[in-house]
Amino acid sequence: MSLSIEYIRSLFPILHQTVHGKPLIYLDNGATNQKPKQVIDRIVQYYSAENANVHRGVHYLSAISTEAMENTRKNVQQFLNAAFDEEIIFTKGTTESINLLAHSFGKAFIGKGDEVIVSGLEHHANFVPWQQLCQEKGAILKVIPIQPDGDLDLEAFEEMISSKTKIVNVNQVSNAIGTVNPIEKIIEISHKHGVAVHIDGAQAVSHFAIDVQKMDCDFYTFSGHKMYGPMGIGIFYGKKEYLEKMPPYQTGGEMIEYVSVDEVTFNQLPYKFEAGTPNVGGILGLDEAIRFIQNIGIERIGEHENMLMNDTLKQLETIDLVKIIGKPKQRAGAISIVLNGIHHYDVATILDQLGIAVRSGHHCAQPVMRYFGVDGTIRVSFAIYNTQEEIDTFVHALKRVIGMFR
Amino acid sequence: MTLTEKAENIVAEFSLFGDWMDKYAYLIELGEESDPLPEDLKTKQNLISGCQSQLWLVAEYRDGKVFFRTDSDAIITKGIARVLTKVLDESTPSEIIECDLAFLDQIGLREHLSPTRANGLNSMVKQMKLYALVFKTKYENAG
Ligand SMILES: Cc1ncc(COP(=O)(O)O)c(C=O)c1O
Repeated sequence: MSLSIEYIRSLFPILHQTVHGKPLIYLDNGATNQKPKQVIDRIVQYYSAENANVHRGVHYLSAISTEAMENTRKNVQQFLNAAFDEEIIFTKGTTESINLLAHSFGKAFIGKGDEVIVSGLEHHANFVPWQQLCQEKGAILKVIPIQPDGDLDLEAFEEMISSKTKIVNVNQVSNAIGTVNPIEKIIEISHKHGVAVHIDGAQAVSHFAIDVQKMDCDFYTFSGHKMYGPMGIGIFYGKKEYLEKMPPYQTGGEMIEYVSVDEVTFNQLPYKFEAGTPNVGGILGLDEAIRFIQNIGIERIGEHENMLMNDTLKQLETIDLVKIIGKPKQRAGAISIVLNGIHHYDVATILDQLGIAVRSGHHCAQPVMRYFGVDGTIRVSFAIYNTQEEIDTFVHALKRVIGMFR
Repeated sequence: MTLTEKAENIVAEFSLFGDWMDKYAYLIELGEESDPLPEDLKTKQNLISGCQSQLWLVAEYRDGKVFFRTDSDAIITKGIARVLTKVLDESTPSEIIECDLAFLDQIGLREHLSPTRANGLNSMVKQMKLYALVFKTKYENAG
């Protein structure tokens, strides 16, 4: 039997508070979702009883910290169904993972006149590092166009990919409008041309099961804090055959095998990409977040969120002034709307007074906003602990906001 | 009217509202009735970037007093800007420079002027004081 939403909610200490005198309704899960007690406790436990630097000391605490960290690597490997645990690199988040990739892949494989493809639906984190890399290398950045429904134009993609293309970067789920991209198809097309593919999974990992071997992506990146884990920890996954050919991103302690004044040999995978003291507390928090997701079951999480999302869509469609941005074939996690004639800042300000947290603005995806001809939207995004009652309260509040601005 | 008297008036006006909903409804009203800036004054130079909403500020010095005009694409931001100009407008540069904005605490709008808010109001107040300082230096210290 599956756990009740009411019980799951009770596991999140932060949800039981009032904001401006109203019960908190947290619908900004795409920005970061809340943490169950077991994740918080795990971090407290680490600093209370286990803290020591890893991979260095021979003493007891160092040994148990190191073991806990390496166990997490194995759990993440299993979570993604990666082939080897050394393909799992700890970073501080998706942004750092992508910067690592752009830097190291760029150094190894990208030269003048080469081409890099990104999708038009990307978060700035999966856009700007590639733009900067291309400027530095004299390479060319190409963008897969968006279609009016919010899906990517795959025909245009097939036309732009060529023997000059070195890597394709697409998010699995768009943070700005919730599109689920056809990554299997994109990977298949890219591999036909022998081109590597990176999938930004930041908005995907908390909604559905990930299998990097089945998907056959070459790189996969995500953040712990968008999947019930702590901030400051993220994952960079890469196929071993690529990682072995890529130079380190940062240099320093941990990642060195031998160093003298004249020469250095770098440590093996995964340590080659993990310079400096890692965020062990964060890593163990992530471990616990994975356990939380697995205990509930990711399918159950996705089903519940989809139920809420579809109901929200249905209710929003009945409100005159509401315009839903995009109508993608498949959607996950989020809905972006504008209220005709009412600024998103005003909407979010009043909703906040009613205890409702939503995201307003451009969602770090200005090219997406520009495509849809808006300077920002209101985004509602869902998690396992949200309830039907919260959705009804939100829709009711939105109608109240509209009434105030009429 | 001195700046202090104008601030007292605003506090009295807001004390009529029982709950925040009425207060926001009034801010929206103020925003809506506030004269829009002509498009040619909505320049980059007059823009105070607030990240989420745009806010424009124009200042002039006449007969020893400073005159402000504001506009924003978000109505609540525009309404709060109007509250500020209601108090600061037509004051002397010295009054503006010395004004401590305590009236904002009394009407419960201080949180909107936090530097971490994405509406630009905090920068707008700084900019208003800067204008006052410039006018004072330029027109009043010369003689
Ligand atoms: C699709 C996507 N990619 C990348 C990021 C950046 O993640 P982080 O800020 O955790 O590095 C986000 C965060 O909003 C995102 O939604």
